[in-house]
Amino acid sequence: MLEMFQTVWAIVPMSLQTLIVILLKIVAIVAPLMLCVAYLTFAERKIIGHMQVRMGPTRVGPRGWLQPIADALKLLMKEIVIPSGSSKGLFLIAPMLSLAPALAAWAAIPFQDGLVLADINAGLLYILALTSVGVYGVIIAGWASNSKYAFLGAMRSAAQIVSYEIAMGFALVGVLIAAGSLNLGDIVRAQEGSLVHWFWLPLFPLFIIYFIAGLAETNRAPFDVAEGESEIVAGFHVEYSGMAFAIFFLAEYANMILIAALAAIMFLGGWLSPFQGIPVLEGAFEWVPPIVWFLAKTSLFLFCFLWFRATFPRYRYDQIMRLGWKVFIPITIAWLMLVGLAVVLELPWWFD
Amino acid sequence: MPEIRNYTMNFGPQHPAAHGVLRLVLEMDGEVIQRADPHIGLLHRATEKLAESKPYNQSIGYMDRLDYVSMMCSEHAYVMAIEKLAGLEVPIRGQYIRVMFDEITRILNHLMWIGTHALDIGAMTVFLYAFREREDLMDCYEAVSGARMHATYYRPGGVYRDLPDAMPKYEASKWRNDTTVNRLNEARQGSMLDFIEDFTTRFPACVDEYETLLTDNRIWKQRTVGIAVVTPERAVQLGFTGPMLRGSGVEWDLRRKQPYECYSDLDFDIPIGVEGDCYDRYLVRIEEMRQSNRIVRQCIDWLRVNPGPVKIDDGKYVPPSRENMKGDMEALIHHFKLFTEGYCLPEGEVYVGIEAPKGEFGIHIVSDGANKPYRLKIRAPGFTHLAAMDEMTRGHMLADVVAVIGTQDIVFGEVDR
Repeated sequence: MLEMFQTVWAIVPMSLQTLIVILLKIVAIVAPLMLCVAYLTFAERKIIGHMQVRMGPTRVGPRGWLQPIADALKLLMKEIVIPSGSSKGLFLIAPMLSLAPALAAWAAIPFQDGLVLADINAGLLYILALTSVGVYGVIIAGWASNSKYAFLGAMRSAAQIVSYEIAMGFALVGVLIAAGSLNLGDIVRAQEGSLVHWFWLPLFPLFIIYFIAGLAETNRAPFDVAEGESEIVAGFHVEYSGMAFAIFFLAEYANMILIAALAAIMFLGGWLSPFQGIPVLEGAFEWVPPIVWFLAKTSLFLFCFLWFRATFPRYRYDQIMRLGWKVFIPITIAWLMLVGLAVVLELPWWFD
Repeated sequence: MPEIRNYTMNFGPQHPAAHGVLRLVLEMDGEVIQRADPHIGLLHRATEKLAESKPYNQSIGYMDRLDYVSMMCSEHAYVMAIEKLAGLEVPIRGQYIRVMFDEITRILNHLMWIGTHALDIGAMTVFLYAFREREDLMDCYEAVSGARMHATYYRPGGVYRDLPDAMPKYEASKWRNDTTVNRLNEARQGSMLDFIEDFTTRFPACVDEYETLLTDNRIWKQRTVGIAVVTPERAVQLGFTGPMLRGSGVEWDLRRKQPYECYSDLDFDIPIGVEGDCYDRYLVRIEEMRQSNRIVRQCIDWLRVNPGPVKIDDGKYVPPSRENMKGDMEALIHHFKLFTEGYCLPEGEVYVGIEAPKGEFGIHIVSDGANKPYRLKIRAPGFTHLAAMDEMTRGHMLADVVAVIGTQDIVFGEVDR
């Protein structure tokens, strides 16, 4: 069996071989990611449910475990209604445009040392570029729907995402200065040492701002004005139904996981063990594969996403803009100066 | 150069924040509201007209369905109007029970309000916390009248029956095992008064919980402070009542200014606002919940030591007991007359207003001496508040409209009647 496979593989031309390997790698990333998205929605309903003294889904499958599968099936069966006044082509392109970058960005994410699809040098830049493309999906969806609610949602989200992109970009520049590299693997390796060597400590304000900007970027509460349930019903995807709606949903949750993973990589040392440098514990936890730490850190941020949603009221649109421009951008710029100074002076622990 | 125009947007009637069937036609400049035009009537059920064709007692149930989150208060105004016209004097125990349930209803209403108001502004957890407490109060409604919402508990001349000696208990099921059931039944072992007393001891901590989530929350304050400011003068001119008026700093509460039932014997404070914005109205209502809790507490203490009749002993207005009816000819005749013809009220007009949770709820009855009203007019507080929607939202943003709807505590059952 194995021999037969090897002979067949040898016949395949070299270029096709690489292509197949890359495709398999992509499947190996996207398939678990989609499963994660499905179960993130389940986790959200369960966790928020328990925060709100209720149970969350319990009926489909044992303890409700099949709920996300049932939801997906239901949405697949539904008709995709295309409003007669809409611009049909754009209307259908928009969901794809928001999901594609959310998935593509995962190419540059290192799950552990060396375990990355594309180990590109400008990884950070690539991710920043792709997450910005996602906003076009939202804007086009709002525009193509030809509905006032959707249009308001699109306008809000365009303004919001563009302005938080700046704060987010500056926060990333801080990481870039501190690590001296745009490669995500190198950024993690620059944090090697111990828990206090991770960038969350020297870049604390940037860390907080990055996470909050990430909330805004993914349109999550308390920054969910683009779909503000009680104001503009569902915002930009008010006219979408069935799978087209589900794709927006997938994109939102894939983006959430992406932001959480990036926060873990850039500020909490990615796959590095939190017990590094601690005499006894380091040895005791040697057996844990590094990817587990990475996933645990990502889950921590994802939990915060859900926690905030259960706790906070929603900002008003103009207040979000004020927060972004008048608070976050000045703070990030000021902290960039400090970090720059620290790098020049080669301040120990982090920058020596 | 192209002409720049404002655009209109239909807000509701199918809208998550429309509190039922509010339809607002908004004229907007970007996100800023230039004019808000509330359209009503989508829940019109002709309650006033229906009441004209029924004996007086048969319309009590309609009053529950007016403001369906403060049911017993609407009943109260209606039966008080009948009592005033007929000259009936309610026994003191009946008065205390009514006041206790009025205040329970006020807490019910304000819990619903804080839940939906917070949900409109985006804080969804408060909603479910509030409903947890509402459940207990609904159980009180059920224990006393058999219905969880539309109680029809108040009757001309008193209340339907005395408070029950036992609370209904949960039973174990597929979803609730014995430990859960025992925990749920812990407070339900004694009489209904014990259960309510237990609730009143728990409740202040629950209000603290809502306040922790909202009162000092920066986002909550940004969303409510300075939104929809109404000056005291303007509030009076607009015909505001209840927390809407008190939020603007006018100390006006019918429980104090025109005491009815036994309110004059009870000790409670009337909170008022300073700025007249959404945040002040929020604080006023929060404090009202605490004060209502205090009143309920006092009523419980009084009711424990003062047994007695809960309705008048007058066969012309109050049906006889089942036992009497079976053995006594006169009682049987009373029963028959009361449930077929009803009773006739003397010719005349009467207006009674009570302090319902949302403001002054008034009933105006014109009687021509028949067994049904010649004309019944309902004064719903929400109606006048809704009329001020345009003034309150003008110049604010779209997101503030939902804050204003929340702060007005609109319920369409009473606005549309």
